[in-house]
Amino acid sequence: MRVRAQFMMVMALDKCIGCHTCSTTCKQAWTNRTGTDYVWFNNVETKPGIGYPKHYEDQNRWNGGWTLNRRGRLKLKSGGRIKKLMRIFANPDLPTIDDYYEPWSYDYASLTNAPKSDRAPVATAHSRLTGEEIDLQWGPNWEDDLGGAHERYLEDPNMRGLEEQITLDYENVFLMYLPRICEHCMNPSCVASCPSGAMYKREEDGIVLVDQNKCRGWRFCVSGCPYKKVYFNHVTSKAEKCTFCYARVEDGEPTVCSETCVGRIRYIGIVLYDLDAVTEVAATTDEQDLIEAHRDLFLDPHDPEVIAAAEVSSVPHDWIEAAGRSPVYALAKDLGVAFPLHPEYRTLPMVWYVPPLSPVVDAMSVGGYDAERPEDVFAAIEHMRIPVDYLANLLTAGDAKPVETALRRLTAMRAFKREEQLTGAGNESLAADVGLRPDQLEHLFRLLALAPYDERYVIPTSHREETGARQSEHCSIDFPGGPDLAATFGLEESNMVMPEADTSRDEDGRVRLNVREAPPR
Amino acid sequence: MNNVSMPDILLFLVLPYLAMATFVIGHIWRYRYDKFGWVSRSSEIYEKRWLELGAPLFHYGALMVIAGHMLGIIIPESFTEALGISEAQYTLVAQVGGVTGLVICLSGMVILLLRRVLNGRVKRATTRIDVAAMSMLWLMVILGTLTTVGYNVLGPGYNYRPSVAVWWRSIMLFQPDVSALNGVPEIYRIHITVAWLFLAMYPFTRFVHSWSAPATYLTRPYVVYRHREPSPPHTPGVGKRWRTIGRD
Repeated sequence: MRVRAQFMMVMALDKCIGCHTCSTTCKQAWTNRTGTDYVWFNNVETKPGIGYPKHYEDQNRWNGGWTLNRRGRLKLKSGGRIKKLMRIFANPDLPTIDDYYEPWSYDYASLTNAPKSDRAPVATAHSRLTGEEIDLQWGPNWEDDLGGAHERYLEDPNMRGLEEQITLDYENVFLMYLPRICEHCMNPSCVASCPSGAMYKREEDGIVLVDQNKCRGWRFCVSGCPYKKVYFNHVTSKAEKCTFCYARVEDGEPTVCSETCVGRIRYIGIVLYDLDAVTEVAATTDEQDLIEAHRDLFLDPHDPEVIAAAEVSSVPHDWIEAAGRSPVYALAKDLGVAFPLHPEYRTLPMVWYVPPLSPVVDAMSVGGYDAERPEDVFAAIEHMRIPVDYLANLLTAGDAKPVETALRRLTAMRAFKREEQLTGAGNESLAADVGLRPDQLEHLFRLLALAPYDERYVIPTSHREETGARQSEHCSIDFPGGPDLAATFGLEESNMVMPEADTSRDEDGRVRLNVREAPPR
Repeated sequence: MNNVSMPDILLFLVLPYLAMATFVIGHIWRYRYDKFGWVSRSSEIYEKRWLELGAPLFHYGALMVIAGHMLGIIIPESFTEALGISEAQYTLVAQVGGVTGLVICLSGMVILLLRRVLNGRVKRATTRIDVAAMSMLWLMVILGTLTTVGYNVLGPGYNYRPSVAVWWRSIMLFQPDVSALNGVPEIYRIHITVAWLFLAMYPFTRFVHSWSAPATYLTRPYVVYRHREPSPPHTPGVGKRWRTIGRD
């Protein structure tokens, strides 16, 4: 077992008010440059909708992410190494600027320079690519609050299997917001797609980055990412992506999008996981089992064995301690209310979502039900397929059960706290009904409703003392015949053992990860 | 150095070595000062339909043409003769292969040129160094076409292997023999001269991405992990004057 720590974000979608503050602050911080004018490391989509870039979720069209070959091994959906290199001169899966939107500005000068006239002067839109006047047909957030949805509603891939009900039920349409950043996946297909080896995952914290000096602009990362969260800077001809604001996170500060989130929907923490198990989990046969397998990959930070193994794997002590207080571990695993976006892409994404109860509640009030009565909400979750199945297509590879469980837990938490405030004591059977303990409901309430700053963000600072500045790092005690840490902890030399051939090799028989042993301390 | 005129010495002795020096030093310098600009400068994001047709045609055609040139000037005539390949047979193979590569390459170039001129986005993203590089490439390829098709296939024909190839090898081995070029048709001389100028220009253009052909992708592990750098990471795009190469 090689234990690694990884940053993870959870967003509670019920609290997202669709204000786009995260997007604009991110843009101001990172992508307000020529070349990244069309790039939003963070964007907020209105769902149902086709998204940004258009139809990005349709992997039959874009071939992003991973799939399984006939022997059940992972392979890139867009094809293997040789196929990629043969197509390096023109990447067939690459979106064009029109799939995002053509960036534009306005000739504001015409407002102040206009001659006297009876009519108000107008600033026309000019393309930032050609300088010519353009007729705006699409732009960032074109679909905001279901704008134009009547034309493209059914093009949303998550609508599969729901087309008929939606047509019947269009008057009672629901909407939700989906803020998206890079998923900083555990099994990143963008990294695997990069021919230059310029993309990498940081071993200390799992953040996925692009080495700007190594990137040669081959563009396969852009098409390899099923979430289309790697972008092509058309001025520098290099890939750029969300950095998880690593410069802030290393200092213990949350990302810009989280810090500025008005609804306080975002949670950042770390999870511990076993690096050697990643490939096996990503290759889980049934895509509906992926979430459970992914959750099992997160190690219990309170388990003494896990803690000892983490120490052996050189995870800093304060990081292990932070993993124990991680709000994301609580929401994703302990409380079981958060899910990854499109687990079926097999990249093991690390930005998870607490599904929103509001579409269900909205639909209920249209039907004349009382959204305050848990029995009514439970019945609605069971019977109103549209929001639940839609959420399942989005978050659980189409499996409605986990989404139902999470929505029930959210309902139970509300009812429990409501009753507690009205009568002085919550109904404990409500907790048992949804498979939680009362203290877990309390924890859920504290995280989601109170959401204190230092409980939403449990971010251990990076250890810069380990960057080679100290003499001891050049004169390590970790040498043959030196002090044996593994023996000290009563463990086998697990961090030195190469994983079994089955789990560490790709469909073409090559070793998957370039990590061989624990990093030097 | 008997029977060699002064212009010949300048064009086929001085120019080649100047071009080679510029080529080598230029690459080292570009890599050190404009590593950040060492990219493919793809315009696929602006326009895809014509690029998907033109770019593979051009690149694969160019690779065929380059391979043909290499075979023609590296391998001595005596070697193919020793293998029992006659001059006529060699010429036939060279002409069929050469013309095939040329047609593929040129059709790609036509498509890409039209695309670059007609598509406003791509046109706007074209820099002065791109224009210079493409003009030189076009000139070189047109002259090469005149040499192969105009002179060899349709014209009188010329066996360049005892003359041009011998001279090229002599230059490469630093034992220059310019007199080997005596009697070589003018069209060859012009093509060769333009080619040296093209090579001298090469390190300063987007063509440098050819050296970054990512062969290591075939063998490296899929998922790359990195530790934190032991020293502060290098700032991209250092070197004031050179950061504008191809991007102004």
